[in-house]
Amino acid sequence: MTTLPAALSDWFAANGWTLHPHQQDMLARANDPATLLIAPTGGGKTLAGFLPTLAELGAAPPSGLHTLYVSPLKALTADIRRNLGRPIEGAGLKIRVEDRTGDTSYTQRRRQRADPPHILLTTPESLALLLSYEDAPRIFAGLQRVIVDEIHALAESKRGDQLTLQLARLQSLNPSLRRIGLSATVENPPALARFLSPDTTILQADPGPDPDISMLETDAPPPWSGGGGRYAIPAILNEITRHKTTLIFHNTRAQAELFFHDLWLQNTQDLPIGIHHGSLSREQRERVEQAMTAGALRAVVCTGSLDLGIDWGDVDLVIQVGAPKNVKRLVQRIGRANHRYNAPSKALLVPANRFEVVECQAALDAVCAHTLDGEPRGPGPRDVLCQHILATACAGPFDADQLYAEIITAGPYALLTKPEFDACLDFVATGGYALKAYDRWQRLKSTNGKWHLRDSRSAALIRQNLGTIIDIETLKVRLRNHGTPLGEVEESFAATLTPGDTFLIGGQIVRYEGLREMTVEVSRTPGRDPKVAVFNGTKFATSTLLADRILEIFQADSWPDLPAHTAQWLALQRKVSRLPEPHSLLLESFPHDGREHLVVYGFAGRNAQQTLGLLLTKQMESQGLAPLGFVATDYATLIWGLDPVTDPAPLFDPDTLRQGLEIWLSGNAVMKRTFRATAIIAGLIERSHQGRRKTGRQATFSSDILYDTLRKYDPDHLLLQITREEALRGLIDFSRIEALLARVKNRIDLKRLSRVTPLAAPLFFEPGRIPVHGTGRDRLASAEAQTLMEAAGLA
Amino acid sequence: MCEALNFDPAPCPEPAAGACIPMHHAFFFHGETLHLRPSGALFWPARNLLAVSDLHLGKSERLARRGGTLLPPYETQATLEKLDRELEMTDASAVICLGDSFDDSEAANGLDEDCRLWLTRLIAGRDWTWITGNHDPGPIEIGGTHRAELRLAPFTFRHIADPNEMAEISGHYHPKARLAGQSRPSFLVDAARLILPAFGVYTGGLRSDDPALVTLMAKDALAVLTGSRALAIPMPR
Repeated sequence: MTTLPAALSDWFAANGWTLHPHQQDMLARANDPATLLIAPTGGGKTLAGFLPTLAELGAAPPSGLHTLYVSPLKALTADIRRNLGRPIEGAGLKIRVEDRTGDTSYTQRRRQRADPPHILLTTPESLALLLSYEDAPRIFAGLQRVIVDEIHALAESKRGDQLTLQLARLQSLNPSLRRIGLSATVENPPALARFLSPDTTILQADPGPDPDISMLETDAPPPWSGGGGRYAIPAILNEITRHKTTLIFHNTRAQAELFFHDLWLQNTQDLPIGIHHGSLSREQRERVEQAMTAGALRAVVCTGSLDLGIDWGDVDLVIQVGAPKNVKRLVQRIGRANHRYNAPSKALLVPANRFEVVECQAALDAVCAHTLDGEPRGPGPRDVLCQHILATACAGPFDADQLYAEIITAGPYALLTKPEFDACLDFVATGGYALKAYDRWQRLKSTNGKWHLRDSRSAALIRQNLGTIIDIETLKVRLRNHGTPLGEVEESFAATLTPGDTFLIGGQIVRYEGLREMTVEVSRTPGRDPKVAVFNGTKFATSTLLADRILEIFQADSWPDLPAHTAQWLALQRKVSRLPEPHSLLLESFPHDGREHLVVYGFAGRNAQQTLGLLLTKQMESQGLAPLGFVATDYATLIWGLDPVTDPAPLFDPDTLRQGLEIWLSGNAVMKRTFRATAIIAGLIERSHQGRRKTGRQATFSSDILYDTLRKYDPDHLLLQITREEALRGLIDFSRIEALLARVKNRIDLKRLSRVTPLAAPLFFEPGRIPVHGTGRDRLASAEAQTLMEAAGLA
Repeated sequence: MCEALNFDPAPCPEPAAGACIPMHHAFFFHGETLHLRPSGALFWPARNLLAVSDLHLGKSERLARRGGTLLPPYETQATLEKLDRELEMTDASAVICLGDSFDDSEAANGLDEDCRLWLTRLIAGRDWTWITGNHDPGPIEIGGTHRAELRLAPFTFRHIADPNEMAEISGHYHPKARLAGQSRPSFLVDAARLILPAFGVYTGGLRSDDPALVTLMAKDALAVLTGSRALAIPMPR
């Protein structure tokens, strides 16, 4: 068994630290090629990961990089540096620990390349950059260990796929490299183990006691619609005063901001409360992290940026504002409370609106029943592979066969065929077009059997575009003449606004006045219905598990477990229309605000409901019903247009839908959005960097044009294949639509109503509306043009 | 001066089933009738003349040459297809390309053989003028006449608008304008000048509310949007 340096053991003893059984086990398995540790939060997981490193480095370590630690969050690397610093300094060990992220200064990064620390803490993106340098083999020479923290979170995204390729690269540079993965509770440990390495052993720590979790009771009922949970602020403030430290999780940054603002307005006791999310500057985030570590804060309002790892021992309450969408993530968030091993975590759920009350109840039931959700991911995406090949070429010439052999050792790419790999290499080298246009200007060339960049200067551009995170471009919204910032909206949303449009932001209705210097200027318009709502960025689809549980709850005769206001709402819906059922599909049709509306309660999750919206509007368009747009939530799709739907059965015919899917895949907004992300990751188009975009017409030419061109001239192009795959499994989620159709068979119930129903009303405030560009819009555009010309006295 | 404005539907040469009928916007400009076509081309019936601007042929090749990304190399083909269709529909005998026809001089010379032949075929038998743009300053080794600018009474054709000029037809800005939530390449027109949208496929656009265009165009300027039909609106500013 590997033993700790005496100085460290002494320091542990002096500070009253004893190792948990699974920490001992990690030391015992120090020489295993790969170990996956699954432990609850508070189990000293991270220390367990580093113990073998500390043991090997000992009291007088030789210079050079020994251990690489990769985490999904910048915040985590800073936190780990602090936490690791205590025992290392306490025991007087001569071990250098440094972090390296996008926030690290240029000089620091240069120095790290020349003289790496013993332990380097980084993120997948910074690692991609490091591996793309010509001196990567020198930097990583002698690397003994790599620790992947929060591997369960990484494994759910392309960042994780990219990381497995990097691990394969590192293993080639150092064949004796040993891997450690650290994970929270997951539904399928063997799948995660394969993700880490082909020969991983799983170490399962004691899961600890069940959490103490309930729904927060408030005097005021939650609102009918919207997010943010601001109605609950008095009750939440009360909980903060009753606990030492509270983490208040929100699902989006905008909501966290708005909540924080209102929380302070009501914080009459001046409780020290901070905010933490990914859009804040590094300084702001660090200030909050330090204050938290010092125990100076009573609460932090946060988002997914604190989902993972930060070890703040004094947190004794977690509040989740808004529906959790996914039981597994909820369980992991709850684990933030009471970072003490073997103590139950305490958590409160705060539904943001009536619908979420039902979802929160469903989530509570699932947590108590120990059921976790999770859908397996498909094979490693090839756009990530294309980027990896480009990055590899930046580091130096490579042999294609060797690279392929290396890549298939990465879990997600184990089944990648040689022809698939060759197609990716061809795309990276020549563009992969049917028309061989770039013979002279290939990006990569093969000389003496080795592939290399044609123009070595292009490496800088490639490096700038590394990483798989695609930022949604946002614009600030400010009140005209006041300059008061209200929040941010997606650029694509801003582009749909015309002066005079009203929309909801920051809980208030504002009027769009114009765009000035990359800022959306608005004025207040009290009392009017917002015409359009706001895009809110990342949305998770509610899991099948939760959706099924919600439908189950609906079937009850009465709802004694639900708060009275929600029970009454459901009863009212049952009275004026009906509640959705598991074995039939409920549709509601009604006029509202001069438009016809159709609501489809499919409970198939946000992405599938969105696809359903796209397919149905296509069908409606061909039936001449002039649909204008739709919006999807996890439970329903709301479609508006000029004419009502009276015969829904042909719209839902599975064959027609499947055919529609094929035709429609060609030209829709979701495909274009997916294509943009894929094209950026695969290196076809450059990321638009803040401040550089929209500076002139050269920068604005959109990926949509490339998509349309490829569709027309090169329909079998690799990027279109990837886009289709991506869209089908992610944003399109057609499998859940098929599951829905199989579930309901031909039982489709259309209720024609005279007005909006209780269940449909919240949909009118949903962000993320998608316009349908068809005859309806042409009809409106002509009418609007006519009105404008008349107003200008020209017609 | 815009003495009269009306929507004048042009007959569709081949009325395809279910397809939208192309409709242009016809108006008087300094005593002449001009058609602003949904494609972004200008047609002058009296002279049987078609004008297009900012084709940017060879753009993907130029980017590749400079070590950038390898964009789908079909934009020259797509743009020529579009131009061919316009020539067929209008049967124009004269063509003016208002500059930035090629993304740079090297792109003009690097045009692949098929596209060169295609372009030659389009030029053949027509009175074809290349106006010099900021992207393609040098003479091009392809048929047609090359000019810095061209005066055809009552109009002056040039690449970049001159704020002091009257009856001027130009390109360069790639203007686009928004209507009912959609942004489309647009003609801009006021009493003094007409600016054409970019005709090339791989071309971005400059919004009509950009200071450069707001200063250049008079207060009562119109934007004529391209798309399935040409739509005139007061220029969004």
